Amino acid sequence: MKSVADIFTIVAVCAGSFFFLAGTVGLLRFPDSLTRLHALTKADNLGLGLVVLGLLPQANGFLGGLKLVAVWLLVQLAGATVAQVIAEALRRRGPPP
Amino acid sequence: MTIIEALDIGLAFLVLGVAGWTIAAHEAFTAVIGYVVYGLLLALVWVRLFALDVALTEAAIGSGVTGVLLISAAVRLRASEAEMMHERLGIAPRLVAAALCLVAAAALAAVVLDMPDPGATLAPQARQPLAELGLGNAITAVLIAYRAFDTMLEKVVLVLAVIGVWSLSTDANWGGLAGPTRLERTEGPLAFLAQLLPPLGIIVALHIVWVGANEPGGAFQGGALLSAMALIVLMARLREAPAIGRRWLRVALISGPVVFLAIGLLGFALAGGFLAYPLGFAKPVIVFIEVFMTLSVAATLPMLVIGPPDRRPS
Repeated sequence: MKSVADIFTIVAVCAGSFFFLAGTVGLLRFPDSLTRLHALTKADNLGLGLVVLGLLPQANGFLGGLKLVAVWLLVQLAGATVAQVIAEALRRRGPPP
Repeated sequence: MTIIEALDIGLAFLVLGVAGWTIAAHEAFTAVIGYVVYGLLLALVWVRLFALDVALTEAAIGSGVTGVLLISAAVRLRASEAEMMHERLGIAPRLVAAALCLVAAAALAAVVLDMPDPGATLAPQARQPLAELGLGNAITAVLIAYRAFDTMLEKVVLVLAVIGVWSLSTDANWGGLAGPTRLERTEGPLAFLAQLLPPLGIIVALHIVWVGANEPGGAFQGGALLSAMALIVLMARLREAPAIGRRWLRVALISGPVVFLAIGLLGFALAGGFLAYPLGFAKPVIVFIEVFMTLSVAATLPMLVIGPPDRRPS
């Protein structure tokens, strides 16, 4: 017996997994580092965002939900920073031969 | 087979695959990245084994801080790496190494396969005196109460490691500065992160230390988080690490083992034995020790990562 909240969880987590899959395919298939970074950040933002959104109804009370959202925000912050730092290093190195 | 079992088996193969890939990697930098990924996957394995304390430690120390340490080592070795690639071991030492590895792996496999099922466990005995100690987390009780002596020696080892790193300094730079230099003007995403994250990280670290008495967490995990915050600030070049001659740094480094040892000796007077805690007063004493151990770990790990001093204090 599934409640509305459970169905919401399944749909949102599946959607999030799809973005992780797409991000991984992009990471493996895209031609150069900058486009690979682009693929990776999608998995971080949307993929994890949807997974967290889906898990919110299952969270252990308000505080548990707050922790989940905090995890998502921290990963966003770290992911965005790492992408910028890597891109900066790539630019400093110059275009590939 | 349930879906969880299938995921566990997949995870196990993934760990083995990443381990093999790390060993086979040619460049040191690639191998380090493999090692970090391996550590994170291993943390997931510990979560699946319901060992959350170990998982936290593996992610924070095994993968995180050790990863940073190894990356900086790989970058330092880069110049001489091409030369080293040409060096090849002869066939005889390789065969001996392979034979030794096979024997070790076979012995380990035999022991694991030969274990009684269900295995021998001390878990009930570990949980039984928890109420007396005022703790809720059996892991913390094992670390700080039942085998406190081991934990204290571990902290001493950390201090010895720092002394070992510092002793690589030249005489001219002794007491000087190590790590990245501070920039007058810093900008960009890393500087932004290094200004935004530490307040949050410090709160989370203190939370982890505090809940360690009752839930997964503790001094080592919290201390590792604090040192990660320090490392971000150093890497963004917002601040310089203190000169290794600074008195407060040295006091912070030894505070954990010194407090631990002092309380251990007090145990003779108050509770009738080395490292014995007075009845009914164990929890405050344990939390007191953990606070100083956190300080020690938080000071030690960044000093290990940035290495020996390479310039005079300005």
